[in-house]
Amino acid sequence: MAVAFYILAFFSVLGGVLMVTRRNPLSGAFALVLSLVSLAGLFAGLAAEFVFILQVLVYAGAIMVLIIFTIMLLNLNPNEMYEAPVGRFHTVVLVALCAVGLAAFIQVFSQLPSAVTAIGPDFGSIEGVGEFMLTRYLYPFELVSALLLVAIVGVVLLAKKVI
Amino acid sequence: MTDYLIITGKAVFIWAIALSFIPLLIWFERKGAAFIQDRAGPNRAAVAGIRLAGLVHNIADVIKLLLKELLVPPHVNRLYFMVAPLLGFTFILLAFAVIPWADVLEVAGRRISMQVADLNAGVLFVLAVTSLNVYGIVLAGWSSNNKFALLGGLRSTAQMISYEIPLGLGIAGVFMAFQSVQLNEIVRGQGELLWGFLPKWGLIVQPLGFVVFLTAAFAETNRNPFDLPEGESEIVAGYHVEYSGIRFALFYMGEYAGIVLSSAMITTLFFGGWQVPWLPTDALVAHAPTVLRVLLAAGGLGALVFALLMVVFSRRVRGAFGDLREYEGHVLGIFNIVVAAALLIMFIWSYSITLPEWGARVVAAVAQVSTFLLKLVFFCWLFIWVRWSLPRFRYDQLMRLGWKSMIPLAFVNLFATGLVLLLIGRG
Amino acid sequence: MGEITIHHYLYLSAILFFIGVYGVLFRRNLIVMFMSIELMLNAVNLSFITFARYSSSMDGHVIAFFVMALAAGEAGVGLAILVMVFRNRATVQADDLTLMRD
Repeated sequence: MAVAFYILAFFSVLGGVLMVTRRNPLSGAFALVLSLVSLAGLFAGLAAEFVFILQVLVYAGAIMVLIIFTIMLLNLNPNEMYEAPVGRFHTVVLVALCAVGLAAFIQVFSQLPSAVTAIGPDFGSIEGVGEFMLTRYLYPFELVSALLLVAIVGVVLLAKKVI
Repeated sequence: MTDYLIITGKAVFIWAIALSFIPLLIWFERKGAAFIQDRAGPNRAAVAGIRLAGLVHNIADVIKLLLKELLVPPHVNRLYFMVAPLLGFTFILLAFAVIPWADVLEVAGRRISMQVADLNAGVLFVLAVTSLNVYGIVLAGWSSNNKFALLGGLRSTAQMISYEIPLGLGIAGVFMAFQSVQLNEIVRGQGELLWGFLPKWGLIVQPLGFVVFLTAAFAETNRNPFDLPEGESEIVAGYHVEYSGIRFALFYMGEYAGIVLSSAMITTLFFGGWQVPWLPTDALVAHAPTVLRVLLAAGGLGALVFALLMVVFSRRVRGAFGDLREYEGHVLGIFNIVVAAALLIMFIWSYSITLPEWGARVVAAVAQVSTFLLKLVFFCWLFIWVRWSLPRFRYDQLMRLGWKSMIPLAFVNLFATGLVLLLIGRG
Repeated sequence: MGEITIHHYLYLSAILFFIGVYGVLFRRNLIVMFMSIELMLNAVNLSFITFARYSSSMDGHVIAFFVMALAAGEAGVGLAILVMVFRNRATVQADDLTLMRD
């Protein structure tokens, strides 16, 4: 179990680092897919079967494909991808801010108690999460569907040349 | 230890069947196309005169593709170029893990489910894994650094995302009808009878869902009439235009493995999977001796008919070639007569034995696997049949069909299913 | 190696989150910035799932689902905006989009 965790964690971090450092956005997108699939594996290890499937299906299978589609559609020339480097002062300040933030997070997280509690066989399954979603979280669920509808209408409006 | 052995055995068995379907499908494709276009099809390659009506051509193809130079053009992105063919193939094979090939087998106090992995998520796992399949095509299209390949990759991404929605919604209707997402449960639900005589197959309770799913499955496998990503008359060969040798073969095999997977899903969800019509597992086990005899008799008769055909065949080719090929009919005929005789002896012998409990169950499982394979072969043939009968869509027609016909139809189907479930009080 | 505790997952989540923050702060390519945001959302999802597992309640799973739905909507709208920007300005660099400043 521990080995699986370290392997998946390594690949998710590797994918993230490659994503933010590659100059070509398409390479970055593929690196992010690696990261997302590794995260899906971690979700499966945390007994979240439904979220694991959704992660692969929605994130890796749909959202990332959409991003890659857009990158390929724009057909950007990698040689024109020059990005002006961030100034030295800004770099120092921003990296320091990131480091402080990370340290703060880790400090807060390390205070948390860690004890594995027992879970039923239904935990994280499609039936379990589905029932939860349609009872306790019914209104947020409906709101999310309305949000998605708004997003669809917005995208159509944006992408259409003549309305 | 035994558990590991069983799992390995199942995996080897299932993947061996899935992989051996690929040459069979290529043969189907060639001979089927020849049949539909009224020509002879492949009939030259022979090993010691044995041609098997063109099946031997596959061996020649494999040798050719393995020995060809693996060309890596100078303008490609090497790493992605080499990884892409592997991806397309891997994810399809992974999805076979959850397809049930027979009912749960109870032997020696063990319950062996005839799937490699009996996941709770079931069908959704297939959806998730096949949705990753698009990366092989995208990577190939982009890393080839070729305009036609890029166009093929673009077309394929748009098509795959668009048709994944009707695919998922079509399956959702089946979930509702059988109240489960586990494939084996769905198949078991299809063993019931509707109004006492009609098998409750997915096709009968979800006709609209079947139409939607079938269309989407054709689009997901990039097959005609949806083979725009590789439309050879428009963009040469699409995403695999720069590939040669065994890397090209991997794309080719991936496409056929996708057909086998789609056929398996259609069979499982809409045509009763491993269910023998009107014979649930209990009945099969109870009447195991009869089932065994029927299986043996069917096999024997099939071999006999084949042997007779071979007699006709060898009469027809007598003196036509002047080499070993004239004797193919004799060899195959004798082989089939031997098989028929062996099956006949076993048929007679089966009257003198009593089947033990586990034997009855194994016979039932064999009957179910055979039924599943028969249905699978039919749907594989359907894919070939459609390819050589229908013209290709235009790209805007493809998108219009997906978004404006299939998705609304799928929603209508979901709504109707919910309404019916509510009316019969199972909602 | 030792046993994996809640802290391992949470530290991983924090690290991934700050990789995303780094991407947003230091990259000027809109697509990469966009993907960095996706990574941050995922890091948060990981901590939701972790908390769900270690407190035996499935609320975290439902919230992760909502985050994914949100990310899907965001991807759609964001990429549509990106395509429109590219159509009008022929660039995806954030530094080139200075219409409001000049």
